[in-house]
Amino acid sequence: MSRLPVKKTYKLYIGGAFPRSESGRTYEAEGQNVARASRKDARDAVVAARKAVSGWAGATAYNRGQVLYRLAEMMETRAGDLAAVCSGKREVEAAIDRVVWYAGWADKLAQVIGSSNPVSGPYFGFSIPEPTGVVAVLAPEEPALAGLVSRLAPVIVGGNAAVVVASESHPLAALELAEALATSDVPGGVVNILTGLRDELAPILAGHMDVNAIDLTGANGAAPELERLAADNVKRVVHGTPDEQSPWTISKFLEIKTVWHPIGQ
Amino acid sequence: MAKAPALPSGFELPLEPRLPRIGSVDQVAVEERAASLARRSIKREAKLFALDLAVRMMDLTTLEGQDTPGKIAALTSKAIRPDPSDASVPSVAAVCVYPNLVPAAVERVRGSSVKVASVATAFPSGQSPTHLKVAEVRDVVDLGADEVDMVIDRGAFLAGRYAKVYDEIVQVKEAAGHAHLKVILEVGELGTYDNVRRASLLAMAAGADFIKTSTGKLPQAATLPVTLVMLEAIRDVHHETGRRVGMKPAGGIRQAKQAVQYLVQLYETLGAEWLTPDLYRLGASTLLNDVLMQIRKEKTGRYQSPDYFTID
Amino acid sequence: MTDLERRQDRSPVPSGWDYAPAPEARDILTLEERYGLFIGGELVEPGSGEYFPTIDPSSEEPLAEVAQAGKEDVDLAVRAARDAFENGWSDISPAERAKYLYRIARILQERSREFAVLESLNGGKPIKESRDVDLPLSAAHFFYYAGWADKLEYAFPNRRPKAIGVAGQIIPWNFPLLMLAWKIAPALACGNTVVLKPAETTPLTALFFADICRQAELPPGVVNIVTGDGRAGAALVKHAGVDKIAFTGSTEVGKAIQRELAGTGKKLTLELGGKAANIIFDDAALDQAVEGIVNGIYFNQGHVCCAGSRLLVQESIYETTVAKLKRRLETLRLGDPLDKNTDIGAINSKMQLDKITELVESGKQEGAEIYQPPCRLPEKGYWFAPTVFTNVAQSYRIAQEEIFGPVLSVLTFRTPEEAVEKANNTPYGLSAGVWTEKGSRILWMADKLRAGVVWANTFNRFDPASPFGGYKESGFGREGGRHGLEPYLSFEDAA
Repeated sequence: MSRLPVKKTYKLYIGGAFPRSESGRTYEAEGQNVARASRKDARDAVVAARKAVSGWAGATAYNRGQVLYRLAEMMETRAGDLAAVCSGKREVEAAIDRVVWYAGWADKLAQVIGSSNPVSGPYFGFSIPEPTGVVAVLAPEEPALAGLVSRLAPVIVGGNAAVVVASESHPLAALELAEALATSDVPGGVVNILTGLRDELAPILAGHMDVNAIDLTGANGAAPELERLAADNVKRVVHGTPDEQSPWTISKFLEIKTVWHPIGQ
Repeated sequence: MAKAPALPSGFELPLEPRLPRIGSVDQVAVEERAASLARRSIKREAKLFALDLAVRMMDLTTLEGQDTPGKIAALTSKAIRPDPSDASVPSVAAVCVYPNLVPAAVERVRGSSVKVASVATAFPSGQSPTHLKVAEVRDVVDLGADEVDMVIDRGAFLAGRYAKVYDEIVQVKEAAGHAHLKVILEVGELGTYDNVRRASLLAMAAGADFIKTSTGKLPQAATLPVTLVMLEAIRDVHHETGRRVGMKPAGGIRQAKQAVQYLVQLYETLGAEWLTPDLYRLGASTLLNDVLMQIRKEKTGRYQSPDYFTID
Repeated sequence: MTDLERRQDRSPVPSGWDYAPAPEARDILTLEERYGLFIGGELVEPGSGEYFPTIDPSSEEPLAEVAQAGKEDVDLAVRAARDAFENGWSDISPAERAKYLYRIARILQERSREFAVLESLNGGKPIKESRDVDLPLSAAHFFYYAGWADKLEYAFPNRRPKAIGVAGQIIPWNFPLLMLAWKIAPALACGNTVVLKPAETTPLTALFFADICRQAELPPGVVNIVTGDGRAGAALVKHAGVDKIAFTGSTEVGKAIQRELAGTGKKLTLELGGKAANIIFDDAALDQAVEGIVNGIYFNQGHVCCAGSRLLVQESIYETTVAKLKRRLETLRLGDPLDKNTDIGAINSKMQLDKITELVESGKQEGAEIYQPPCRLPEKGYWFAPTVFTNVAQSYRIAQEEIFGPVLSVLTFRTPEEAVEKANNTPYGLSAGVWTEKGSRILWMADKLRAGVVWANTFNRFDPASPFGGYKESGFGREGGRHGLEPYLSFEDAA
């Protein structure tokens, strides 16, 4: 007699927990019923992200680096599960290595992006990068795992919290990743993952007045309208590619703060 | 009665010679020092002494709108005999109550060593005209209170009207007569350690017998770092003038382990002289049972259950 | 006294208010009787067959025997390092190199209690320090530099950085494991291989580190550890197969090494001694400044190159400060390094104890006034009570020479200029402390002080992200931060 497996229920990942969509709706993707997030779920995700930002931004850079490395450890443990929901082992390894790469930037950004400024006059001036806050990320449709990780890691390593809209056609990788996140030391709310219809969710986030930046890499042609919505609260709008890897990607989600102080007895 | 040194009506603590310079407090360093002191571990015999001392130093407190003579009866019984099954456990230092409950408390502690401390001066806010606050102090002393716990006017302090804060304390001190005066700074509202130090020095200059951290009515009450700041101010006054002023952390001390940490901090900062209820009190209510449980655990070697200790 | 005071109980105070011996358990450690040299991934016997004991300086108890590496052993180690560099380590992708370092960092974190106990046992420092400072920083160093391994082009844009080859590294006994981390982490991150010689009196954590290399599956020969006295170090410095030497230790030996390498083209970095001034202004947060002074000179028994061994206090607050300092000294606990309540541990060796004693004698002879709090020194082991000298002139030996012990000299100044002048009036230039609440003055002092590290309103703060190193005879080169990579790289623009 063959054994009947216990099938997984795919839910959203918000505030460190796995709720169903408040609308109760699902849609079918990759042969599964996947939660179809509503505008209220998006709202809740932004609230969770905002709540998490001060703690995450206030953590030491060293701590953030270690937490991301731990995420890589958790992904490595689940490599098989992750491979089953994306293009395979090669993609999983690339995704894990990308997380490790970005983890190492946490405590080095200030030294590469920041500066002390040789101003004219008896003043000490310095410029330091700070996280912008809550970032909405439209994950690229493909590759389902590595594309998402490539856009997510640079956002959070700098101290931001993210609300991610997963790939619509291939959302399962994002949810597997959510399980890795939940068992790593990434605090609840730092990453929130919404599955559902891109065209329903993207405009909500693009127009949300409490979102500080939006990554339109996965916008799929809807970018102009989303950029218009983003202008209402002067969001930072970022375009990227699913495969880039650079500290300048991190810096797109950072503000620069410049401080002056006189030098005198 | 201790004489407060004369000061000009503007708030200027002279840098020399009789009062310590005000100075500042470095937040990072003071919190680190408090944390490192909290990691000391003390010998079993000294621990028993510390727990016993913690009981003897306690101001068992009830400050509720719903306090009645019945509640006072229960509290005072507990204060006099904290552990009915162990006669070696001493009485606490005092009970701390609202003015209306002073007569009931005085009646119930008669014949014991327990003192009656009354809050006064429009506790907890202090937001009342000075003459009413002073009158309240006179009344509670007439009613038999041995000790008065006053609050400073934080509104005036934060608005920079330091002379007003000072004058009020001087007047209250006078009205308190023979009763000893504790001055509550309400550190949770003062904002910075610098302000806590300033307020401490101000209160001591005005004649406080004790300085006290909090009313216990705010979530931010006594902490180890803020208490350390106040102890250092007390130390400076002692060094400068020879006067010994007492300290009372209040609020937020619920576990015996914390009480011992406060005593370690006291010992390391002010020395053995201050290890007495005459110079140090713990303002608490639920702390007592935890201390009793720890005393019994040290004596019997077994972890205890709250079921065996009365709630009063 | 008031009536009330008379009536109240004057309760007696315990004579025995005492801290419990709170010893960290030793049984976490398993020591072999004897350790060989770690060469090419294996523990091997020294060519001469010569071993010597390493002891616990708090009790003089021998802990184990370690090998004396001779010239041939050093040669073997260098060749193993060269072999590893040319066949394998250079070909591994930087991202993979990073992962080895991350593994080492994580394993060190996991085994950190074991290493902390060993460090205190072999070196004499309080467990509180090895547990809370040495170990976390060591792991953090590996973690930090792991992250640079595959990002070097961002650290040096347009310079096309490359590994140098084989690095010879000689470290001191005051922070044995931490100094190992400061040396090995950046060297490996940049793609080099290393031969490390730990100090003669503190070889054990380095030998245990070899086991971490094994657990991390680090390719053999990438890290080699040769124990022994000064002869092993000299052999390493002189070896033609070493491309770069990194030395942390006394200025005297540093100069000898610099002379030895003159004309050879070998790269060199030196981290030498210091005689740091800790400067307190009258507006300082005084109680916290006193904590800072105490930390500056009594942390690690004063065995710190950047120790704040000269207190420059503004004359207007001299009396108050010295009174507070003496009072604070009375609460320092000297004793068993493995006791969690201990603040001051053992002096690392008889030789060091003799040096400290001799210099303290000279202080008394030259006319300074000595203060030591009452302190019971254990009978066995090497101990020195925390000491303060007042009435010190700038010219006294205790104000000029590095004592490397728990001895503080107090001098006064009147103005910021005078403070700067006195602080800079030394051949050393490693660190300085400034205590004042005035921001502009902090920055002005920082600008004027000739020291590689300036601590304002704090002292003895270290971080892998923060470059550390000296001016003048305190050495050259920086360790930590982006700057700490440079000594381990060669650049196409041939700088």
